Amino acid sequence: MLRLEAVDAYYGDLQALAGVGFEVHEGEIVALVGANAAGKSTTLRVISGLVAPRRGRVLFGDEDLTAVAAHARVARGIVQVPEGRRLFPFMTVAENLLLGAHTPGARGERAASLERVWALFPVLADRRAQLAGSLSGGEQQMCAIGRALMARPRVLMLDEPTLGLAPVLVAKIFETVRAINAAGVTVLLVEQNVRQALTLAHRACVLESGRLVLEGRASELLGDERLRRAYLGM
Amino acid sequence: MDSARRLGPAQIGVLAQLGVSTVLLGGIYALIAVGLTLIFGIMRVVNFAHGEFLMLGMYLAFWAFSAYAVDPYVVLFVSIPIFFGVGLVTYALVMRGVIHASHNVQIFTTVGLSTALQNVALVLWTGDFRIVRPWHSSVVIRFADTAFNLSQVVAFLIAVALTVALFAFMKWTHTGRVMRATAQDGDAATLMGIDTDRVYRLTFAIGIAAVGAAGVLVAPLYAVYPTAGLQFVLLAYVVVVLGGLGDMVGAMLGSLIVAAVEVIGSYLFGVAWKEVLYFVLFIAVLAFRPAGLFGQRGAETLGA
Repeated sequence: MLRLEAVDAYYGDLQALAGVGFEVHEGEIVALVGANAAGKSTTLRVISGLVAPRRGRVLFGDEDLTAVAAHARVARGIVQVPEGRRLFPFMTVAENLLLGAHTPGARGERAASLERVWALFPVLADRRAQLAGSLSGGEQQMCAIGRALMARPRVLMLDEPTLGLAPVLVAKIFETVRAINAAGVTVLLVEQNVRQALTLAHRACVLESGRLVLEGRASELLGDERLRRAYLGM
Repeated sequence: MDSARRLGPAQIGVLAQLGVSTVLLGGIYALIAVGLTLIFGIMRVVNFAHGEFLMLGMYLAFWAFSAYAVDPYVVLFVSIPIFFGVGLVTYALVMRGVIHASHNVQIFTTVGLSTALQNVALVLWTGDFRIVRPWHSSVVIRFADTAFNLSQVVAFLIAVALTVALFAFMKWTHTGRVMRATAQDGDAATLMGIDTDRVYRLTFAIGIAAVGAAGVLVAPLYAVYPTAGLQFVLLAYVVVVLGGLGDMVGAMLGSLIVAAVEVIGSYLFGVAWKEVLYFVLFIAVLAFRPAGLFGQRGAETLGA
């Protein structure tokens, strides 16, 4: 469904990705793991179009996304929850969610999407008139995920959704991601909680210094000696 | 005027007159400043050519009136779409290329645009002072102890209506939300499927339409000439800094304060002092409250 082919990406002269290629199949949860600065976020930014690859390409279905502007990729169904939530801090929870449904297709289903988000995160319904900047970290993450769901994603990309959250909230976020996937949304997940990410995901890709070093079924990677040593400390 | 300085009923009449003049002037200043603060708040560009679009609005009113005897209030309805279009074209030709450039480049660009527009006006229409005198500019309304002319009152009412409409648009429409979201976090807006280039284009066009309308409204009240915009835009900067860069409500309150300083200062010290007075105010605000009288520090980077 989503395929990267030999992607090189740079920030100025600094190479962030070198020859990264992998595929995400429809209906899967794929975890993208690796150390800090391994290129995980860059990979998501290349897919969403915020960073243009210097070489290689991104395919969505049969379409080459190279010439598709970042905002137009959202209308195709590629939606990213950025690292650090990036809510609109001076707008209410409800306004943030409504902004998620910006593309023509999503706007038509705005009311139904909103009901779905309230059902998924009842706490957001209680806080709908509150400024997003005043929410707790966990609530902000729920709001950011809710906002992305308002766009009616076909592929949902989450960048470190559990960063800085208490364990009980981490569990809640993982559970939500599983529920979203069960509802038919393909998920590409960047996580620093490697063990939990691998437990949740169907498949995983491991990045190291901008290169893809391992790829496979999550359950198998969980037992991989190298990965255990490098990321699980065992 | 001197006799009014003694205590007594006449003094109260003067205060009422000063108050009314302040409010009338403040409403018009608000419409000029609100476009400037909108463009800054969302695009992070200080439009130094803002006054020149006001000047073009004044000339539009002048030519429509002198060539076709069309009243400025009728011209207003045409001016809004015309200046919206002028804003779109200016964005495409001039602003689009510098929207992501450094502030220095943006300043040079808009100052250059300002100079170019002034000189185009000078070449096309000469440096003569032109006067627009529709019938309503000589109708004096007396109410209680105050007197003001009809043009001033209508200009005030229309300016306030447009400012409020713009405010409501920003607050309650989807497009308004999209514009505020883009100001608060452009990348996050892109990830919501928002075409930020389109937002900037629309913002610039709305800002120019607002200041063009203000130009048409002030044409019956002030002389029209190629650098007529300067006197207004200087005070618009003061208003915008007072209110907090990018803060629309602040711009409305700032307009009233600047108008009060101008009206009361002119009465107490003479008209010649008014610019000195509001620049003293400007410097004081920059020194003691750099985020504006009502803003929080750093609000200018968040588009609140």
